[in-house]
Amino acid sequence: MDIVVCVKRVPLTEEVDLVIDEQKKGIKQDQLAFVLNDWDNYAIEEAIILKEKYGGEVVAVTVGSEDDEEVLRRSLAMGADRAIRVEAGDMSRFDSLGISKILARVVKDLPHDLVFTGVLADDDNGGMVGMMMAEELQLNHACMITAIEIEDGKARTTSELEGGLGEVSLAELPALMTIQTGINEPRYVSILGIRKAAKKELKIMNLADLGMSDEELSPRTIVEEVYLPPETEGAQMLTGDPDTIASDFIEILTKKGVME
Amino acid sequence: MSEIFVIVEHRLGETRDITFEMLWKAGDLAEKLSHTVTAIILGHDVKSLAENISDRADKIIIFDDERLTNFNADIYKEIIYGLIDESKPALTLIGNTSWGMELAPCLSVKTGLPLATDCIDIIPKDDTFIAQRQVFNGKIFANVSFAKSEGCLLTIRAGVFPKDKIGERSAEIIQKDYSLTDIPVKKSFVEFVETAAGDVDITQADLLVSVGRGIGEEENISLIKELAEALGGVVSCSRPIVDKNWLPKYLQVGTSGKSVSPKVYIAVGISGAFQHMAGTSGAGTIIAVNKDPKAPIFRTANYGIVDDLFKIVPVLKDKILELKKG
Repeated sequence: MDIVVCVKRVPLTEEVDLVIDEQKKGIKQDQLAFVLNDWDNYAIEEAIILKEKYGGEVVAVTVGSEDDEEVLRRSLAMGADRAIRVEAGDMSRFDSLGISKILARVVKDLPHDLVFTGVLADDDNGGMVGMMMAEELQLNHACMITAIEIEDGKARTTSELEGGLGEVSLAELPALMTIQTGINEPRYVSILGIRKAAKKELKIMNLADLGMSDEELSPRTIVEEVYLPPETEGAQMLTGDPDTIASDFIEILTKKGVME
Repeated sequence: MSEIFVIVEHRLGETRDITFEMLWKAGDLAEKLSHTVTAIILGHDVKSLAENISDRADKIIIFDDERLTNFNADIYKEIIYGLIDESKPALTLIGNTSWGMELAPCLSVKTGLPLATDCIDIIPKDDTFIAQRQVFNGKIFANVSFAKSEGCLLTIRAGVFPKDKIGERSAEIIQKDYSLTDIPVKKSFVEFVETAAGDVDITQADLLVSVGRGIGEEENISLIKELAEALGGVVSCSRPIVDKNWLPKYLQVGTSGKSVSPKVYIAVGISGAFQHMAGTSGAGTIIAVNKDPKAPIFRTANYGIVDDLFKIVPVLKDKILELKKG
């Protein structure tokens, strides 16, 4: 079971004040901490679980700068066998379609029974790179996967639907699947583990190596402007010391008729 | 004059709400731009679904086949590709649902039309559109334009447009045939499974004390349980808590969990991602405790407390217990 997992490094934005950059095309990143995209963490773990069961090779792939190698090293420490980074220069000139084409080109030359991506990326929340790759590679596909079992050379998958329903399907391999959070419990990665994984192969390729040009990667969607959410009336704030807040809190509960 | 396509989403014989919401927006845009609304239904025995929306579209195209009883992205993609190629609609709307998220990107590559996902508004501009969407989990908004092309694809977030009818329309219903045997289908439907069954029904609770990522560690969940117990309420949670296996799936509020309608919903350490808030729209009053003043939850909550939950929750619990003793 050879598996390619496409991963992305994203900024942590919860409980952080985001500042919009001068061009109003993105956010200022210099003060942010970066991590492996949460969905991709589950995707790597799922690939390693399958590899441990059925053998084969797990390759982690990303498109990005040297800084992005951090998430590849993490993937290697979790148990991926090797990693590939595509150095593509200024990433802001690509949209999701461009990224999907680059990844598809890399995956094409790798042995693959399964290709995983996360359902979403925590930064642009686009959720389209995976399925675009599937179409480009003419691969079978399944979305929002919360369970995978291999049965007679096919994958029995559960896709998460809205409202607490799962859809079970039987998919021929090879196939591309987008992995949903909660499918497994991603293993802990220690600093020592990351150091040890430094011995594993991390290959760097550029667009020329892939025989790709900027023309074929030109964006079809353009971010014209980013901005802070429009003001809403918002919540009425309870302020003061915890004791005052608790008293006001109880008053609201009483007024709304839920205090016994 | 051009057409606006709406791909009807239905499941187990019922039209999904997202369909009505997309038809509302399509109708709204059609009025402004003198376009027409075309609803596309792929399914089996879907006549009643068509009748149900016949006053919301100018044209309804039906493909009826037993193999379309359940959604299949491969078949949908081929058929819709054919329709887009034939009619060149200005806009094609697809739900940003599990199914739509599988279909739309494939369709975008196959048709060569640009795609914007999870849109919360569509603004006409010159002879094209601006898609409004959210990035960084709703903390930032983005306006996206499309490269010059013969139309564009948008997936629409559930719950952002009204489900109501807009304008007066009367649809011509067209039944079309397509030889499905020519479409290679490499994935087959097996069954639907209930993933959120359990012995506590959070949809019936009057008071929910809901916990999110901000709780930090599994052992801290007991704090929330104690508060719920003191109040005679029921514990619920957001997705990250279920992903970590700290609470069971049947207590999850949100798009992939349950939609709840308590009199009061207390959200502790929940940032308020739209997937979560979509499940709370029936709540009477929402009180949120979160230490991030920019957390999106404060945009929808009625009352907010910007503070450390570990300072507030214990004091609140003690005060309630004291009152009860009194």
